[in-house]
Amino acid sequence: MIGIVGYGAYLPHYRIKAEVIATQWGADPASVTRGLQLFEKTVPGQDEDTITIAVEAARNALRRAQIDPQEIGAVYIGSESHPYAVKPSGTILVDALGIGPHVHVASYEFACKAGTEAMYVAYSHVKSGEMRYALGIGADTSQGAPGDALEYSASAGGAAFIMGREKVVAEILHTHSYTSDTPDFWRREGEDYPRHGGRFTGDPAYFKHITEAGKALLEKSKLSPRDFRYAVFHMPNGKFPMEVGKRLGFTKEQIETGWLVPWMGNTYSGSSPTGLTAVLDVARPGDLIFMVSFGSGAGSDGFIFRVTDEINKVQDRAPKVRQMLDEKKIYLNYGEYAKFRRKIKLNE
Amino acid sequence: MITARYHREIPQRYRLEAGKCSTCQHVAFPPRPVCPKCKGRSFETVRLSEEGKIVTFTIVRVASEKFSKQTPYAVGIVELQEGIRITTQIVDAELDKIEVGQRVKLVFRRVQEDGRAGILCYGYKAIIA
Ligand SMILES: [Zn+2]
Repeated sequence: MIGIVGYGAYLPHYRIKAEVIATQWGADPASVTRGLQLFEKTVPGQDEDTITIAVEAARNALRRAQIDPQEIGAVYIGSESHPYAVKPSGTILVDALGIGPHVHVASYEFACKAGTEAMYVAYSHVKSGEMRYALGIGADTSQGAPGDALEYSASAGGAAFIMGREKVVAEILHTHSYTSDTPDFWRREGEDYPRHGGRFTGDPAYFKHITEAGKALLEKSKLSPRDFRYAVFHMPNGKFPMEVGKRLGFTKEQIETGWLVPWMGNTYSGSSPTGLTAVLDVARPGDLIFMVSFGSGAGSDGFIFRVTDEINKVQDRAPKVRQMLDEKKIYLNYGEYAKFRRKIKLNE
Repeated sequence: MITARYHREIPQRYRLEAGKCSTCQHVAFPPRPVCPKCKGRSFETVRLSEEGKIVTFTIVRVASEKFSKQTPYAVGIVELQEGIRITTQIVDAELDKIEVGQRVKLVFRRVQEDGRAGILCYGYKAIIA
């Protein structure tokens, strides 16, 4: 049996409310809160970045897996906000966690699906027999341009998954990826903020790639949506995952547990992965989980997980993601937020 | 240039690695070549716990150039479970609610950066547990 042997999430303590951002730019708060189902989002502290978030998420995964970090053969971090343009984030993470130095490390990038890429490659290494454990992480401190629609959603957080074949808590039964050249969202080298194709981001990008990957996954597995206890989709806003779930035949009840976006925002590479941790935090042995990510550009990675008896042992070994979402929140006003996110020009 | 020193201190800054004297079990952090208790020279590497409590703290309102954009912030002395005391920033806390004796947890954070283009330095900081 191959799959997740330890998982963990991390969300920063800082928050900003969507209505605070809307008021700043003279927009109608209700169109964001009711229209997009976005109420507040996480904001990284001034001393937090993709690396610190990945380290904290991976520490929680190690607390659950209770394995020797030295046995981890590969570490992959997927993000679109790696702090260095040249120097892989994982180099710092392995030293922080006592992994390696005999370890394979790489940074992944694919807009919001870089995290599931890291998970997929980590899983494949274990499946091939190349190594005993591999760590895949999705983490981001994403940025939206001031006043842009993305500013309501772009948030910070991440999740880490240790793949292995002993004491598996969620077995991976099937995977499927779907990719095409779709310019819905991009950021050119050297630009501070991403650009997006407005309405072009919906049907031809998000909905097409998730439904195609999802349909293929259902065909491969010969399962139907009602066989699943939970479903997790990439969460750019509150509306999209519910809508794409409905198109594939899933219900609100199946999606709700992993639907963190209204209070977390879009953690980009950490989006569907943190949603998956919310599901694993409460899942019971035998539950089937359907998950499809989405990354602009564009592509989707799909997974089907079956939860095992081991899940009961690991759930309480580390903080749960809903706890992180609800406790110890510190709210920022727009000025503080702009300073935290370095949107203010300073004299260097 | 902070690169060489930063690199040398990674085991302490990232993993809280201390030296435990093989003769008298005294734990030294940062590790030392000679045990201050028994003058022993043989040490085993141990990792300190990430939990402790605030012994004392102060609020920094005027900071050096590097930290001037973060003011006001709290710096404290934290006693870890092993009895080792470390100096660290206390972050993600409402400053008027920090108290001596409070339980804290060490987290991995960015500690400083060498300007806009230089290296990023990471290490431990404390948050209220
Ligand atoms: Zn001694």
